[in-house]
Amino acid sequence: MPLVYPLLLSSALFGIGLYGVLARRNAVLMLLGVELMLNAANLNLVAFDSWLADNVHSGQVLTLFTIAVAAAEIGLGLAIVLALFRAAKTINVDDLEPTRSVGDS
Amino acid sequence: MSVVETLFLVLSGMAVFSALLVVTTDRVVHAALWLVVTLGAIAGCYLLLAAEFVAWVQVLIYIGSVIVLLIFALMLTRTPMGPGSAQTTGNRFVAAGVGIAATAGLGVTMYAGFRGERISIEDTPVGSAGSIGDALFNDWVLGFEILSVVLLAALIGAIVLTKSGDDR
Repeated sequence: MPLVYPLLLSSALFGIGLYGVLARRNAVLMLLGVELMLNAANLNLVAFDSWLADNVHSGQVLTLFTIAVAAAEIGLGLAIVLALFRAAKTINVDDLEPTRSVGDS
Repeated sequence: MSVVETLFLVLSGMAVFSALLVVTTDRVVHAALWLVVTLGAIAGCYLLLAAEFVAWVQVLIYIGSVIVLLIFALMLTRTPMGPGSAQTTGNRFVAAGVGIAATAGLGVTMYAGFRGERISIEDTPVGSAGSIGDALFNDWVLGFEILSVVLLAALIGAIVLTKSGDDR
C-alpha cells in the first residue's frame, strides 16, 4: 500500500476538523472538531510505524499515549463547558463576553 | 490493486464523508453519531495498517466512552436537539478556506515528501496486545507512569471544575 494513502487521509481529516473548530457555534461541537484533528495525528503515527516496520512499535505506543491524553482533554474540556454553561447560561461561543470571568457565577 | 488497498480506500472514503457530515449536519446529536462512523472507519484503517491493539483501543476509548461523554455534555447543557440546532457561525466561509488551505498544504507536503514510498504490510510486525505491552513496559514505561499522573490530575481537575460554586 502506498504510504501517501493514510497521509492524505489524515490531511483531509485534519482540515475538516479545523473547519469544525472554526465554524461551529456550540462549544461541544467545537470539541468534536478537536477530536477529528487528534485522530488525524494518530493515523499519521500509525502509518509511519507501519512504514518503518518498527519492532519497538514506537508509533503505536505514542498513539496510545495520544489517545489517553485526548481522553483527559475531553474530560477537562467538557468540565469547562459545563462550568461555562452554569456561569453564562449558554455554550454558544458567539454569545460569550470575553471580559466575564467563568469562576464567579 | 490489492484487496488491502481497495479496503483502505473504501474506509478512507467513509471516514472523509462522515467527517464532513460531522462538521456540516444541522442537528447536534447527528454530529456526535456521525463521529462514531468516522472513528469506526479510522479503527478499520488501523487494522489494515497492522495496528491491531490500537484499533481495539480506538473502539473502546473513543467510540465507547468519548462519544458517550460528548452526548452526556449535550444533554446536560440543555442544547436544543431539533433541526437547525447545530448552527455555524457567519465566518464559515473563512473557516472553510482555512480548512481547505490546511488540507492542501499538508497534502502537497506529504505527497512531495513520501510519493514513492510503500508500506509492505507483510513485513510489518503486527501490533498485537503482547508486542505493544512489551514495548510499553520495557521501553516506554516512564511515559506510561507520567501519563497515569496526567490522568489523575485531569480527573481531580474535572471534579473541581464541575463542583457548583456554592460549596467550593
